[in-house]
Amino acid sequence: MAHSAINVFFSGNNFSRILQGLWTSVWIAGVSLVIGLVLGTFLGVLRTLPNKIIRFILRLYLEFFRIVPTIVLLFLFYYILPRSFHINWPASWMAVLAFALWVAAEFSDIVRGAIESVPIAQKESGLALGLSKVQLFRYVLLPQAVQLELPATINLATRVIKTTSLLMMISIMDVIAIGQQIIEANNQKYPTAVFWIYGLIFFLYFIIDYPLSVWSKRLAARQDR
Amino acid sequence: MKKNKSRNIIIGVLVVLIIAVAAFFGTKSSKNNSSNANESSVTTIKKRGVLRVAVFGDLPPYGWVDDHGNRVGYDVRLARQMAKDLGVKVKFTQVNANNRVDTLNSNKADIVLANFTQTPERKQVVDFAKPYMKVSVGVISPKNAPITNASQLKGKNLIVNKGTTAENYFTKKGGVDLLKFDSKTQQFNAFKNKRAAALADDNSYLYAWVKKNPNYTVGIKNIGPNQFIAPAVKKGNKSLLNWTNKEITKLANKKFFTADYNKELKPYFGKEVKPSDIVLN
Repeated sequence: MAHSAINVFFSGNNFSRILQGLWTSVWIAGVSLVIGLVLGTFLGVLRTLPNKIIRFILRLYLEFFRIVPTIVLLFLFYYILPRSFHINWPASWMAVLAFALWVAAEFSDIVRGAIESVPIAQKESGLALGLSKVQLFRYVLLPQAVQLELPATINLATRVIKTTSLLMMISIMDVIAIGQQIIEANNQKYPTAVFWIYGLIFFLYFIIDYPLSVWSKRLAARQDR
Repeated sequence: MKKNKSRNIIIGVLVVLIIAVAAFFGTKSSKNNSSNANESSVTTIKKRGVLRVAVFGDLPPYGWVDDHGNRVGYDVRLARQMAKDLGVKVKFTQVNANNRVDTLNSNKADIVLANFTQTPERKQVVDFAKPYMKVSVGVISPKNAPITNASQLKGKNLIVNKGTTAENYFTKKGGVDLLKFDSKTQQFNAFKNKRAAALADDNSYLYAWVKKNPNYTVGIKNIGPNQFIAPAVKKGNKSLLNWTNKEITKLANKKFFTADYNKELKPYFGKEVKPSDIVLN
């Protein structure tokens, strides 16, 4: 009797709707990560340059996106931008913009740290070989930095995926929002549906994030050797 | 160390400056904004071919989503009818109770049809059109000891939910012993355990609850002042406000709201309730 609420998955097309909501979360996280990682690499390289002004501005940018909670960023992009600057994109692209800038900020710090921790001898050998600055980055620093930054990057990716659960706050129909629709629609017939729906959502997030987490652990272990 | 400290101070000052500048331009351009083109006027909506409506997605029977993914409910049916009469398509944006105002102000929707109760505070930030529904405080009691008159409550225990209009009303009125609870679940459990002679809350909740708990009855359907639920548009959007007012009058004359009640609300409220208890015609 208590478990009859599991039927909630099979009535109508509830199950495919949840998967559709999950897809919304996943593509927003994916696109933001791609844009954010590209932009973050660029900014991270800039942050290793000796120019104090560039470093200062990028530092401000990083601190802003690191300190302001993601939910506030989303509200800022979704409600304030259209009102103040007449930028009125669909909610999902606003979310991509906010997430991508956040990822870029966090990733720039990872890249900077990784580049700076490449042994100084490597840099000096490169310069001694007569490599230009660009060549030094392209052939010596970045390939070694990528190794160092991978575990932290994967960790960042799992954080982004988890944070997509905030998207429902700006009217995006992500997996949580659709889950709540189903719970409320079936409140009368299946009062315990809430347990099953959130259980399923927990499971879905888990099967996306757990492999990433295992992967990053393995990479970290390999580095220790 | 000392160098770091002074640098941090400089960073802090700059951040504050940047935010101040951004806020200044933000408010400045928003002032221009209101005098600029109205992005939700009737002409714009017709040209766009889409009426953007903010609705609830999790509040049956007013605005919710059925098992097939369709938006349904009393407010949603009204939204579809309004779009039809405008000759445009309808596009829904799902909101929750506390982002209804911001959704309008940032032009994410043209109109809010989300069980939006008129209050003096809200009237300062949005424009309400003519109401299409009324709610007020109701009182439920066991069927074998019904309370049909407020005077019967004197000296008895009455359960209310904190922060509701029911609590407000009976606190001012006095003469009853109030038992206050934090949540709906708590208050109904306490009531079932016979902790009080009656329970007061918004009548629209009570109708639905009594339907599920047939040993109880809504003895007093309306007590205290009525509260009205109305469509809301962005402050200053005269064009859509006027159109909506005319539309509500027209639909009321056509008995649209009674039909809407019978289709969407009646299955939840049961036979005890008449359309005229809820609907404004």
